[in-house]
Amino acid sequence: MRPDDPSLKRMIPPTLKLHEKFYLPQIVGGLLVTGKHILSASLGKGAITVSYPEDQHVPSANYRGVHRLNKDEQGRVKCVACMLCATACPAHCIDIVGATAPESWSDREKYCESFVIDELRCIYCGMCEEACPVEAIELTGLYDLTGLSREQMIFDKTKLLSVFDLTRDAEPMRYTTPPPKAGPRPTEVEPSGLPGPKA
Amino acid sequence: MSFWALVAILFKIGVVVGITQGAVAYLILVERKIAAWAQDRIGPNRAGPFGLLQPLADGAKMILKEDVVPGYVAKPLFILAPLISIVAAMVGFAVVPFGPVTPMPADPGFFDVLGQFQIAPGVDIGILYILAVGSLGVYGVILAGWASNSKYSFLGGLRSSAQLISYEIPLGMSILGMVMIAGSLDLNTIVNWQDRHVWGIVAQPLGFLLFLISSFAETNRLPFDLPESEQELVGGFHTEYSAMKFGMFFLGEYLHVITVSYLIVILFFGGWDIPYVLTQDQTGLVFALIKAGVLVFKVALVIIFIMWIRWTLPRFRYDTLMELAWKRMIPLSIANLVLTAIVVQIVRSWA
Ligand code: SF4
Ligand code: SF4
Repeated sequence: MRPDDPSLKRMIPPTLKLHEKFYLPQIVGGLLVTGKHILSASLGKGAITVSYPEDQHVPSANYRGVHRLNKDEQGRVKCVACMLCATACPAHCIDIVGATAPESWSDREKYCESFVIDELRCIYCGMCEEACPVEAIELTGLYDLTGLSREQMIFDKTKLLSVFDLTRDAEPMRYTTPPPKAGPRPTEVEPSGLPGPKA
Repeated sequence: MSFWALVAILFKIGVVVGITQGAVAYLILVERKIAAWAQDRIGPNRAGPFGLLQPLADGAKMILKEDVVPGYVAKPLFILAPLISIVAAMVGFAVVPFGPVTPMPADPGFFDVLGQFQIAPGVDIGILYILAVGSLGVYGVILAGWASNSKYSFLGGLRSSAQLISYEIPLGMSILGMVMIAGSLDLNTIVNWQDRHVWGIVAQPLGFLLFLISSFAETNRLPFDLPESEQELVGGFHTEYSAMKFGMFFLGEYLHVITVSYLIVILFFGGWDIPYVLTQDQTGLVFALIKAGVLVFKVALVIIFIMWIRWTLPRFRYDTLMELAWKRMIPLSIANLVLTAIVVQIVRSWA
């Protein structure tokens, strides 16, 4: 961009007027601003605090909290073990072991045998969610999932799928219809008789 | 001095120390509340009704927390430093009048002493004494920084002591105008002068402003709280302190706030005086109590103002802090002093 480009907008700092140079009027102005806040909050009108355990905080729609692994209509994990999320992850906290999908799974060749996210290393950037081609991994609005030890915060596939069960009604999957609520829910996660982690 | 007079003085010391410590505990609660409101929050409200038991919880935390003394510190000095800063802040209260003080009889008895709202009444150099013992707190700061045997604390200690010493100059000089006008260093005489004429803020507006600003710096309150700026300077001189030892620095600072608030009220807002309503001729216990109440009320207003300022002004950078002291406030205070001296001289020679 040239220096005389007409689209260039120059920022000129405002020059202080005489009374502003004395600072004191400005300080009084500042006191009025904070005084207004103090008054309105102390009278119980302006405070924006959420009294947490009693009132639950509702994060905004694009808040990025704990991950979940989505299930498809048949209750199977949607992940096809393409490793795109693990590759995209800047914190290198996703560890996936892929395996050949069972014969009956006609829609894909592979699925994830194990899927581990270290939630302590994760920076909740949402890159994994962006990278996933089948919308299998999503970040939920859950912010109060905690653990008592470091080990508990390393989430395996079971845990991630259970987060899905926890949030499926509150947050429908963004790109597919949510599983039907009525009727018996498909609970089988793994086809029986397959090697791999127990659900 | 009789035995009972001595007992009365000890009793008074106990009351003053107890009340000020309790006041500090609740001032911290008030400060936290005001801090919260200024930021549109609610503030502590869990411990007790409206969070009124919060000071107890804070105190319990201070006492029960692990008190770490790192292995590399100079232990005696490390423990001595917070003591110095709290004691220096506390002994200043000896001459602060909490209400009107009447002249004492030659041989005071128990009730004569008890009737005085001051631990050591009739000290002619009251202000000088407060400034002198108040500045002893610098030793606490320097010792804490030195004894911690850590670069952060050492630099923090130097920084803080430079700040405290620099601001002591305008602090002292801004008072002198008022002292010259009233013709005494005794706080009671100054209040009585204001009662007869005008409040100090009218007589010495510039002196008031300079005193206000330098007392912010002296008490390490924002916008001059570099000694404790946690985020950008890693704590400062008390980085290595924990639990109650840290709490003592904190208490000392708050006691300082109370003292300077008293000074501000006594020097510039007429003490317990309300023009045309309360005058110095009204004596007796009832009036004394009313006046003490008025004084405490005014002091509370000043303290709230100090807390209000905290959330209004951003923290100074270190060089601007020093520049303000040496290039602006000290010349201004000298000018104020000279001008006042001339005016006082002219007025006196007329009268
Ligand atoms: S949110 Fe970011 S850091 Fe966390 S697992 Fe996904 S890609 Fe990695
Ligand atoms: S990007 Fe999606 S499908 Fe691919 S491994 Fe990750 S979760 Fe599975």
